[in-house]
Amino acid sequence: MLKVSKSPWLLHYDGSSCNGCDIEVLACLTPLYDVERFGIINTGNPKHADIFLITGGINKQNESVVKQIYSQMPNPKVVVAVGICACNGGVFKDCYNIMGGVDKVIPVDIYVPGCAARPESIMDGVVKAIALLDEKRKSVGKEAAE
Amino acid sequence: MQVAAFLICFPFIAAVVLALMKKHGKPRKYVVFGSSALIVAAMLYFVIGLLSSGKAVEYLENTHTIDLIMLIGEIFLMCLVVFLSFRHKKYYAALLSVVQTGLIAWLDLSGADETEKFHIYADKLTVVMCLIIGIVGTMICVYAVGYMKDYHSHHTEFKDRRSFFFAMLFVFLGAMFGLVLSSNLTWIYFFWEITSVCSFLLIGYNQSEQAINNSFKALWMNLLGGLGFALAIAYCSLVLHVSNLEELVTAKLAAGAVLIPVILLAFAGLTKSAQMPFSGWLLGAMVAPTPTSALLHSATMVKAGVYLLIRLAPAMCGNAAGFMVTTVGGFTFFVASLLAISQSDGKKVLAYSTISNLGLIAACAGIGMHEAVWAAMLLMMFHAVSKSMLFLSVGAVENRTGSRNIEDMHGLIVRLPGLAFIMIIGIAGMFLAPFGMLISKWAALKAFIDSNNILLVVFLVFGSASTLFYWTKWLGKLIAVPHQSGHLTNTTKVSQWFALITHAVIMIALVITFPLVSHSLVEPFLADMFHNTVPDIISTGNINIMLMMLCLIVILPVAARILTFGKKDTRVLSYMSGANAGDDRSFVDSFGNKKDLYLANWYMEDYFGENKLLKPSLILSSAAIVIVMVIAIGGAIG
Amino acid sequence: MNISVVSLLLYLILGPFAGGLLAGIDRKITARMQGRKGPSVLQPFYDLYKLFNKQSVVVNDLQDFLVAGFLVFIIFTGCLFFSGGDLLLVFFALTLAGIFFVMSACSASSPYGSMASQRELMQMMAYEPMVLLVAIGFYIVTGSFAVKDIIHFSNIPAVAYMPGIYLGFLWVLVIKFRKSPFDLSTTHHAHQEMVKGLTTELSGNILALVEVSHWYENVFLLGVVGLFFATSDWWSAIVVIVTVAISYFLEILVDNVFPRVKWDFMLKSTWIVTLVAGVINLMVISLIKLR
Repeated sequence: MLKVSKSPWLLHYDGSSCNGCDIEVLACLTPLYDVERFGIINTGNPKHADIFLITGGINKQNESVVKQIYSQMPNPKVVVAVGICACNGGVFKDCYNIMGGVDKVIPVDIYVPGCAARPESIMDGVVKAIALLDEKRKSVGKEAAE
Repeated sequence: MQVAAFLICFPFIAAVVLALMKKHGKPRKYVVFGSSALIVAAMLYFVIGLLSSGKAVEYLENTHTIDLIMLIGEIFLMCLVVFLSFRHKKYYAALLSVVQTGLIAWLDLSGADETEKFHIYADKLTVVMCLIIGIVGTMICVYAVGYMKDYHSHHTEFKDRRSFFFAMLFVFLGAMFGLVLSSNLTWIYFFWEITSVCSFLLIGYNQSEQAINNSFKALWMNLLGGLGFALAIAYCSLVLHVSNLEELVTAKLAAGAVLIPVILLAFAGLTKSAQMPFSGWLLGAMVAPTPTSALLHSATMVKAGVYLLIRLAPAMCGNAAGFMVTTVGGFTFFVASLLAISQSDGKKVLAYSTISNLGLIAACAGIGMHEAVWAAMLLMMFHAVSKSMLFLSVGAVENRTGSRNIEDMHGLIVRLPGLAFIMIIGIAGMFLAPFGMLISKWAALKAFIDSNNILLVVFLVFGSASTLFYWTKWLGKLIAVPHQSGHLTNTTKVSQWFALITHAVIMIALVITFPLVSHSLVEPFLADMFHNTVPDIISTGNINIMLMMLCLIVILPVAARILTFGKKDTRVLSYMSGANAGDDRSFVDSFGNKKDLYLANWYMEDYFGENKLLKPSLILSSAAIVIVMVIAIGGAIG
Repeated sequence: MNISVVSLLLYLILGPFAGGLLAGIDRKITARMQGRKGPSVLQPFYDLYKLFNKQSVVVNDLQDFLVAGFLVFIIFTGCLFFSGGDLLLVFFALTLAGIFFVMSACSASSPYGSMASQRELMQMMAYEPMVLLVAIGFYIVTGSFAVKDIIHFSNIPAVAYMPGIYLGFLWVLVIKFRKSPFDLSTTHHAHQEMVKGLTTELSGNILALVEVSHWYENVFLLGVVGLFFATSDWWSAIVVIVTVAISYFLEILVDNVFPRVKWDFMLKSTWIVTLVAGVINLMVISLIKLR
């Protein structure tokens, strides 16, 4: 059965992360975890991506960037917040420049906590996001039909 | 016959009238339009008559008066050149002029060139040339009316000598008609000299220092070619007792004896068509107002050079003259297209492209086989129309936006859609399938292989690759669609639009009807030239393929709609790593300030720049010409 | 029915399936070379289905038109080739298709798009001479540009006369297949400095059309490789399939072994290879022919 979820391409964006989560995200691409076996490709381009994967919290500088990239992604799309900072700001929560988690600026579908989030949990989150993609595809189809 | 005389004489009369009209305004405009219309009408009448009757050959019984007028004309031209060279302290030009005019005058007066041969000769090649000169040439004159008005309102620093300018344009047309209609070598030489001097005067129109320097460059190079021409005439009449181009080409004389005049004439043809060591004058011609460039690059001047080469083609087949022309032509095609990559000035790119394409035409003529000459003629036609169209549209854009730099044409399709479309058609005509240039290239390539000229094949394949590069990057600039850039009001004059649209229509008509043109004009000419029936150069199957490609382009908008399932697109901004500042023409820099985006093409000066390539290629090509000429002439005499 | 019509129809219908499968196998082999499991061989078809179901996001309306031009002319190129047409016209049509693709990136007027379009043009300039030499080589050996005449020329495959041209063509195939080290303008590898190059501003079903065009193009290019080995004997079909498979495997190997180079190295090396392998081979065969 052909499904949108058979080919989830993701865009990885580093908010104000300490790079710990980023390294774990990239670890998923290595032979040990090999996410490409699910058809997942790290595209680096919002216009090709289905999953928006963000690490680190949102600050004043990247707020507009995150919003803009999100707006450039075609529907259906899913947002995954990876790491505790992306979920709610983490240890930087009370920093003068941090606004908080990703959900302060765009709607987040999946939260993957951890500091840093382990590759297994990141993949778990992405697989959940994939399931969501199919649901969203249906609703997008309905909207188009209406 | 009278029509031919009218075609030659009338432009000169129009020129005199225009030269006397010192006041700007409507009367001059009407004279230009009227004369142009008259020339086109006469030319069409002449061409139709010629097509229905075959070729026309005329022997004039009593040409002493005409010869005398020409001699006086030549001496007048010499005096003019000498006067101007002394005024500007460029004595070498005077020297060249005096030597060759002296030679011709001596031949004339001593009566050494008296032979019983026809003077006027018109065949299918003449028809093609007449069509090019008559239509493209007059369109440029019409365009000039609107253009020059704008030009002088933009460039108040130059003296307004418009009456002189228009007079020169018409003199040019008259001289070109004379050149392609006559067959007597002395007559051709006379008109040849007029075009040389005329281009010199037109290039120097601005009277700025640069213009004067460039005009003298054009003068001495063309006079050098003229000297070759004069020597060829002298050799012909003194040694071979031939005074006629047709006779020279078809002569059943000893190969060695014909070689000397042929190689000298070929040399003249190379200078006039701005081949490699002499490419400088055509580049320098850019300083003149755009109609001059358009005229020199498309309908006249350089076409005179390749016209002569095509006429000489059978005599160049497989000998030293052919070797010289093919080698220099092929080399020029390759190097000029590399040089064009490094240029961002629109007119300069066009100039290099002209030089490069003429190189290809010259190389085809030098091969001297029927399929090569076929390619040369079609290349010449397509080149004339699309190059003139490109020059005129660049001129119109420059008048509107104040720049002719290709970088400044970014998004022209949004700002000036009309002119951008004309330019796109012109560029596509220059190098893209299924437009005619490409099919001619196909034939040229086949001819080069058949004549076993691997060097030329190498020049052609590498030259085509770089041609592709510089045209496509220009096309890319035109076609870019930056958001929210304003549509400029188009101030192009009606006369200019008329010329541009006529060009576009002719271009498209040529693309569609080229098999017909080939069948009715080019193939009969070839059959005549090579004295046998010419086999089909391009098979019907391949013509159908070209037409299919054309149809595909036409139905492409519909195909696009079908392929996207009529899905509605959502517009978003272009991707700038999320840093767009509201639109896709600016971004937020690291200080949080808005910064304008600037997208540039690649020019790669370090690899293809003039300072890298020009000097070595000039030296190489000069060496090639000198060596071949010395060996050939030495061999023929010894 | 006429054999050329049959092969044309086969290409038209099976072309994208073969191309997609080829891309799937390519990804699998690449993954195995890197010690990974890799996606399913059918993954490219999943991707295509996904893209067709996505929202279509564009920068301007011109893009649809230009990408459609790319697809239509690539298909035209392949059809012309598989129906036995003129090889030189085939390559001219291929160039036209390529220009449509470059224009689609230029029209976006975006930083990554225009950077990639200049790089792509550079790539075209690099491979064009070699590609034309292939057609010329076939013409000198067989006396015809028509593919159907080339196949029926003799019992000896053309590669026996033009090994140099074959090697040169393999070299430029690296550029045409967008394989590392010459994948300057767009690539199938993971994200990098040029984002996705030429296709950066394309998405959804328009991107899907680009994918389909690439599949058609790849099948056509492998067809040209096959032409080097094809003869009039029936069993040459087996030889063609085997040699094409080996050639493609070599391309994948090169892709995984070499890191990407800069444009100037690409241009210089490709032109030198064209001159050394292509032109010398051409000289030799034209000498043989003269004799």
